[in-house]
Amino acid sequence: MGEPTTNFYANFYESPVGKIAIATMDNGFDYKRPNTFSEESMASLNAMLDKVLATPDVKGMMITGKPYIFAAGADLTQVPFVTTFEQGYGIAKVGHTVMKRIMDAPFPTLAAINGVALGGGLEIALYCSHRTIMKSAQGIAFPECFLGIVPGWGGCTLATKLLGPEKALEFIIFNALNQNRMLNGPQVHAMGLADRIFDGAEFLDESLRFLMDVIAGKAIVERPVFGAEGVKPLFAKAKAFVDSRVHGAAPAPYRALELIEGACTWDMERGFEEENKALGDLIKSRQCKASIYSFDLVNRYAKKPKGAPEVKAPRARKVGIIGAGLMASQLAQLFIYRLGVPVVMKDVKQEFVDKGLGYVRQEFQKMAEKGKMSEARARYLAGLAIGTLDYKDFADCDLVIEAVFEEMSVKRQVLAEVEAVVSPECILATNTSSLSVTEMAAGLKHPERVVGIHFFNPVAVLPLVEIIRAAKTSEAAVAAAFGFAKGLRKTAVLVKDAPAFLVNRLLTKMLVDCLEMVDEGASFQQVDDALLALGLPMAPFELLALVGPAIALHVNETLNRAFGPERFPISPGFGKMVEARIPVIYVPGSDRAKVIPEVEALWPEAGGREFHPEEVRERVLNNLAREIDLILKEKVVASSRDVDLGMIMGAGWPFFMGGITMHLDMAGVTPKVLQKVFFSV
Amino acid sequence: MKSRDVVLVDGIRTAFGKAGEKGFFWQTRADDMVVRVIRELLRRNPQVEPGMVEENVWGATTQEGDQGTTMGRTTALLAGLSERCSGFSVDRMCAGGMTAVTAAASEIALGACDIAIAGGVEHLGHHPLGASADPNPRFLTERIVSEDALVMGKTAENLHDMFPEVTKEMADEYAFHSQRKTARAIESGVISKMIVPMTVYTKAGWVTADRDEQPRPETTMDGLRALKTPFRTMGKVTAGNSSGLNDGAAGVLLMSADKARELGVAPMMRMVGYAYEGVRPEIMGVGPIPSTKKVLARTGLAIDDIGLIELNEAFAVQCILFMKEFGLNFPVDDRLNPWGGAIAFGHPLAGSGPRLMLHMMHLFAERPDVRYGLTALCVGLGQGGSVVWENLRVDSAAGVCADNK
Repeated sequence: MGEPTTNFYANFYESPVGKIAIATMDNGFDYKRPNTFSEESMASLNAMLDKVLATPDVKGMMITGKPYIFAAGADLTQVPFVTTFEQGYGIAKVGHTVMKRIMDAPFPTLAAINGVALGGGLEIALYCSHRTIMKSAQGIAFPECFLGIVPGWGGCTLATKLLGPEKALEFIIFNALNQNRMLNGPQVHAMGLADRIFDGAEFLDESLRFLMDVIAGKAIVERPVFGAEGVKPLFAKAKAFVDSRVHGAAPAPYRALELIEGACTWDMERGFEEENKALGDLIKSRQCKASIYSFDLVNRYAKKPKGAPEVKAPRARKVGIIGAGLMASQLAQLFIYRLGVPVVMKDVKQEFVDKGLGYVRQEFQKMAEKGKMSEARARYLAGLAIGTLDYKDFADCDLVIEAVFEEMSVKRQVLAEVEAVVSPECILATNTSSLSVTEMAAGLKHPERVVGIHFFNPVAVLPLVEIIRAAKTSEAAVAAAFGFAKGLRKTAVLVKDAPAFLVNRLLTKMLVDCLEMVDEGASFQQVDDALLALGLPMAPFELLALVGPAIALHVNETLNRAFGPERFPISPGFGKMVEARIPVIYVPGSDRAKVIPEVEALWPEAGGREFHPEEVRERVLNNLAREIDLILKEKVVASSRDVDLGMIMGAGWPFFMGGITMHLDMAGVTPKVLQKVFFSV
Repeated sequence: MKSRDVVLVDGIRTAFGKAGEKGFFWQTRADDMVVRVIRELLRRNPQVEPGMVEENVWGATTQEGDQGTTMGRTTALLAGLSERCSGFSVDRMCAGGMTAVTAAASEIALGACDIAIAGGVEHLGHHPLGASADPNPRFLTERIVSEDALVMGKTAENLHDMFPEVTKEMADEYAFHSQRKTARAIESGVISKMIVPMTVYTKAGWVTADRDEQPRPETTMDGLRALKTPFRTMGKVTAGNSSGLNDGAAGVLLMSADKARELGVAPMMRMVGYAYEGVRPEIMGVGPIPSTKKVLARTGLAIDDIGLIELNEAFAVQCILFMKEFGLNFPVDDRLNPWGGAIAFGHPLAGSGPRLMLHMMHLFAERPDVRYGLTALCVGLGQGGSVVWENLRVDSAAGVCADNK
């Protein structure tokens, strides 16, 4: 199913300086369905330009969008059907050919950017002789490199010629690879992309006035001319940045680098031709396909993942947290910030409680200092955190979540104590990362109200929560957990109560394989480098240090008990490392160049055997494919999409890997290991 | 408190659109139209910084939806006036905008503030007259008013009944000349000086609304004769000899004469006085006659002192009666509506009072020989409103303000 067609409409205004064409891009829907460009749209643009250019005495043209939306770029629903170079090349060429007609018009042209302008939607503005931007506009970006392609409808060429290579790199590459950072009106104006910035109140009228001034020769915009001198260091820096982000695993940003560098010297025609070729190569690439798949997962599928209950849960009006440690404090701050409700933190000692409250207060204070909220609001929100030593203060909570340490007996005890004071409807949640929720609920009077809500550390950064349905968990409790996660603006995936749930099971499987290879004589660096080259956000042994070896070992042991030493062996060196409380593998700050001596001592074999990087990747990916297959067979999650959503949102795995299963399928791992593919429609 | 002189510095309006889906304002909010007017007033008068406007008063007949939420205050915020600018909304149906202006002027006269913006807006496309009205049943059960009083066209038919000497032919003739005068005025370019173009969203793309949709320069007497009489069988009131249903906003910038001097702005006209008076709702169209008599009596002026009259043309019959009452020449009198009126321009209820003032302001500028002008209109449910203005663009403007007591 494609997006609705965006049509181009032309109207004419008899202005004091002559006839002005007003071109509107509109798909006929409100701002919730942004304008996108399909083949039909390009035909509509072409026809609109025919009309304008055939009209006598036109002195200028303004192009704008429907209310709040300029245009959100190409219709991505068409991408999966592009399988050859020629198709991609053709799509690029049509865009260039039609949009270039705007540039060739014999009168000034103005793009009045009245809201969201992404990718192709921004490129069309670059063909205009002038641009204005609305002060309140948000969502201006070239997300292409983030999606496995390049701005290939003139974006790389024209942005470089307009803004110079430094800003073009920032805009097209750095922003795209920094979680697809988007710009707002003032930023777009400051960088020189827009010639004027106007209030929302009279944006189009002011834009028209500017165009009239341009036509009358009263407004003259001086544009700098950029050459190719001194740009080498810029590109070296950008290349290093791209390496640090994708480690050579995704071709698109490298291609964008080439196009931007080329645009410094090429003429426009050459630039456009190179863009055509780039899109011919990239749209058919597996990284592009996986990126589009991931984009759809995150933006559409995640809003209604498989198994999410239909029923709407009532909003939690007060939330309790058992514990006031760092995790509990992070949760308290998040709950208050997103839900604006009182949050009770209970611990066993007043000093723990005070420390937790202090953390919350400090976090809101920091937000106020950064200008994210007023001092008054920060004070109010901090005041919503209530500390206590007494379970009775949970009495009127709608949801209580435990965040005490990972010990079954302790968790069972605190939940029983809470159950004694709360209402019969109160949801009891656990933030356990590896213990059985079913077992935890077993002793309670109402085990059906217990649900797992597993957050990922750091809570404020990672958008995923795993919602764990235990054996007796009621539909209402699952619905409450999904509603709660939505209120927190987290992405929720429904997971069965299985050891280590979803994301930790896969990350641990990978860690176990990595440790095993080190046990066999590979060096830590060899393993890390080989896996980074897949494009992972972090090397496995650095991730180990971030998570904490003790916690990682705990999960490893859980999985070892559940699934046996065949799949989840415990590396002896790893056990000793935790015992010796060694927190890291590498010398901090050494950038993986140097393993600390205590660790070296635990793995005397390490570095003794040369592993081919391909061998490392093969072992890890093959085993991941097998583990995912088991996860799906065990119905830990309902779909391979949930696996991918989990890896993207919970582990930060890149879009261009499609989480993981899309990569495994397309790189041939799944077919080889399992004689099938994970993907299903 | 001693009363102070109040002057009108400037005024502007949007184009008037046809109400309904086919009109260019169909997808545009009434409050956005007001914002456009306010900002244009400030743009045209750079001596007045946005923070100097202290009061923002807007008239609208229906005060809900895009015309609700205390529009005087919300549009002050939306237009980017100072948050210290207070605001309120008023309703006197067709005289809502006029009332906004006289209320704001009264505040200035009494020294409650120095600078105010006032105007009227009506989006009859979004808010058809009476659509959400819930008239008290006592009006009918106790015969406080006849059923006709709520339908403006019927009140006009009632006037024809009461004054049979005003024939349908005369009403059509009046309307014909109104269209002609308007067509000439548009042709001369003076009307576009009063309109701020507004680029508005339509289903067929954005368009710039820069001219009124209502005028029909092609109007002929034959065409007028052929029109249906929708309010009764064998009636006299037609779409041709009535004003239309329209969307539009018009506003003015007011200040004390002292403030104008201090800022160095040249005001266009001074408010000499105003009056409102009620009449029987069934014949609301005669309203401007008593209100005009009242304002003349209270300002000590005679009708012969008035050199220009801008009378709202809700219905031709009601204008003809006004002309007869004050001894003006039928069908055309140079003093009355020289650029035509609402029959041609349209009548966005509360927006019409300020439109009359815009006409007066521009007429004064062209007619330095005229000292006093009258703006007047009839009001649904039986009222008239009249405001007398003094031309400050007279040849010997100096000292005019000084001795008016």
